[in-house]
Amino acid sequence: MFLINCPFCGEREQSEFKAGGEAHIVRPKQPTELSDDQWAEYLFMRKNIKGIQFERWNHIHGCRKWFNMVRDTSNDEIKAVYKMGEKPPVK
Amino acid sequence: MKNKYSIFSLIKNAFSYHENWEKAWKDPEPKKEYDVVIIGGGGHGLATAYYLAKKHNMKNIAVVEKGWIGGGNTGRNTTIIRSNYLWDASAGLYDHALKIWEGLSQELNYNVMFSQRGVMNLAHNLQDVRDLKRRTHANRLNGIDAVYLNTEEVKKFCPIINTSPDIRYPVLGGTLQKRAGTARHDAVAWGYARGADEMGVDIIQNCEVKGIKRNGDAVEGIETTKGFIKTSKIGVVAAGHSSVIANMAGLRLPLESKPLQALVSEPVKPIIDTVVMSNAVHAYVSQSDKGELVIGAGTDDYVSYSQKGSHDIVEGTLNAILELYPIFSRMRMLRQWGGIVDICPDASPIISKTSIKGLYFNCGWGTGGFKATPGSGDLFAHTIANDEPHKLNAAFNLNRFVSGDLVDEHGAAAVAH
Repeated sequence: MFLINCPFCGEREQSEFKAGGEAHIVRPKQPTELSDDQWAEYLFMRKNIKGIQFERWNHIHGCRKWFNMVRDTSNDEIKAVYKMGEKPPVK
Repeated sequence: MKNKYSIFSLIKNAFSYHENWEKAWKDPEPKKEYDVVIIGGGGHGLATAYYLAKKHNMKNIAVVEKGWIGGGNTGRNTTIIRSNYLWDASAGLYDHALKIWEGLSQELNYNVMFSQRGVMNLAHNLQDVRDLKRRTHANRLNGIDAVYLNTEEVKKFCPIINTSPDIRYPVLGGTLQKRAGTARHDAVAWGYARGADEMGVDIIQNCEVKGIKRNGDAVEGIETTKGFIKTSKIGVVAAGHSSVIANMAGLRLPLESKPLQALVSEPVKPIIDTVVMSNAVHAYVSQSDKGELVIGAGTDDYVSYSQKGSHDIVEGTLNAILELYPIFSRMRMLRQWGGIVDICPDASPIISKTSIKGLYFNCGWGTGGFKATPGSGDLFAHTIANDEPHKLNAAFNLNRFVSGDLVDEHGAAAVAH
């Protein structure tokens, strides 16, 4: 368990949030042009990093807004929180 | 040849105060080169090495383990063994394992304390009832023992369950697999380690893999904390750290690693002689031979390698346990732990070749790998030795995420993942 600083509501318990997985996976612009391999890459393959990971979270039991987070998955330490659409802070 | 464990060896060693037992496995330094290197010395990895040596006549095998034997997820799970999966491919895979479990203690000459005490899965709503009935039929068509129980039969089989219609999630029925049960988890790792060691497998502990050396499309060896080891075949059985190893070889896997928690209570007299799992409220409980209640909780929904889980997950599970078993209301919990499990999008494992020659992965077991240990090792050994999958693990290839031919056991597998 850890605390998350929601960019809209401030600091809340992690149990109020829902993790949305890896961030910055761009939806294919031309889905009909994609090969099966590219679809598999987009849909299923994940970095699943041990270390600094960029990810999406939703404050599902709060403001219900999505935002991005930079977190060290080896110790759950949160490095930065930023809004959707904003550029990720450089590490 | 190792000395056989028996009542006679027990008596003989009693005279020397049990101080002269032969070491169960050696602790060698790595050789320069092996025919096969298995990365990960958990149950699945050791079983793979064991069957490679036993059934495929390979001699020059190493298992490299970052920590020590029995120190990972093999020694931190709820030890439940069952094969009542919905889909044909899964039924084949898990029942293959269950059949090996039934003779494993004899085969290994090591008591893995396999106990076929039955596993009961509860239904708490109408959809559960339908799903469980459907799964019972599917199991029987696949030759797997399964019966559907109504509420009274559930109560009769496990009298301490609260079957009152007034509880928040009343028990509407359940399924029972009588051949299912539990085993002593670390004994499984130790037994396979001892058996593999006896056939000449080098079990190298405290040896962390730092890199995989490739020559074009083929593997050449691994960089470890104990130096470079040359090999042309690498079997990766690294559970939660599979993606980390894959990354070293420049591969991506469809996995997410998450903490899965379990906890045990203080030891008490025998009170529950079976395993009861409850999908809808996510609570499962059995009792160890030491008398502790062994309670399985769920996974956190975020990726983490921290081996810590969130408190609210444990709280949710214990709420459900107390509702179903009011008799446990004054039990105190002794230990809690989190293991990192690698979860596939379809909640089925990967036992597969990869696009890199000589690199094989056995991963994605998620929350339920322990039950498959012997079968997984057997089939992975077959895959490595023949460079072709066995027919029982053909469906569990990595290519299914490209072809779309998934084995979707999410929800269907009788437990929430």
